[in-house]
Amino acid sequence: MEITHTQYKHCDLVKVKGRIDSYTAPQLAETFNKITDDGRFKIALEMSELDFMSSAGLRALINTQKVCKRYNRGELVLVAIPGNIHAALDLAGFIPLFKIFDDVLSAVGNF
Amino acid sequence: MVTRSFPGRYDSLAQIGEFIRGITDKAGLNNFAAYTVEMAVDEACSNIIEHAYGAEDQGPITCTCKVNTKGLTIILEDRGRPFDPELVSEPDVTGELEDRPSHGLGLFFIRQWMDEVEFEFESGNGNRLTLYKKRTTASTKSTRQK
Repeated sequence: MEITHTQYKHCDLVKVKGRIDSYTAPQLAETFNKITDDGRFKIALEMSELDFMSSAGLRALINTQKVCKRYNRGELVLVAIPGNIHAALDLAGFIPLFKIFDDVLSAVGNF
Repeated sequence: MVTRSFPGRYDSLAQIGEFIRGITDKAGLNNFAAYTVEMAVDEACSNIIEHAYGAEDQGPITCTCKVNTKGLTIILEDRGRPFDPELVSEPDVTGELEDRPSHGLGLFFIRQWMDEVEFEFESGNGNRLTLYKKRTTASTKSTRQK
């Protein structure tokens, strides 16, 4: 798994590539935690080059969304979700909990 | 029939995934069906390390795969504590954000995405989980696009 974090004025962009499983999910959670510990709660997660995400990854998403949405201070949005991962998010009932964008530009523009 | 053993560690998961992808390719499952099998196996192996063994490096995970004309059977064996799936409640997948559990989704995926799931525990031998994926289901369930 490879994570790239870019801080913009109004939001943070996290791009994740490869495989999120129980071994790598803690790194993703740590990236999110660093951002929210910094008092920043508007995050876009770019997933176009993500091959695999287990429930450990879903856990990082739901925990971060809970922190971000508290006091209406922001939210985590998902960008360019691959088909198989979209099916997993759908089965877990996550689709109504996240705004989903096709590309980074519209995700960043949402904030 | 192919059998391989992996150390019961989280950094084995990527190797296990690669092994399973080789098998699903051989079994002729489509892309989405292959993904569901890879995910079910990944969730099961994470559960073995976390719950049956209770930690990393406590024992191996043995993975046996059988392909036949109807589908693919994967048997996962460990030497850990008995796992009782009845004790894991179904996660809430429809409620408000704050009510959503962060645990229990792994078993849910296994049950939803595999055609047959059987848990067995033999004293002295550990747990045996048998997962079966039909090839026909595979072709009717296509990858969903956003």
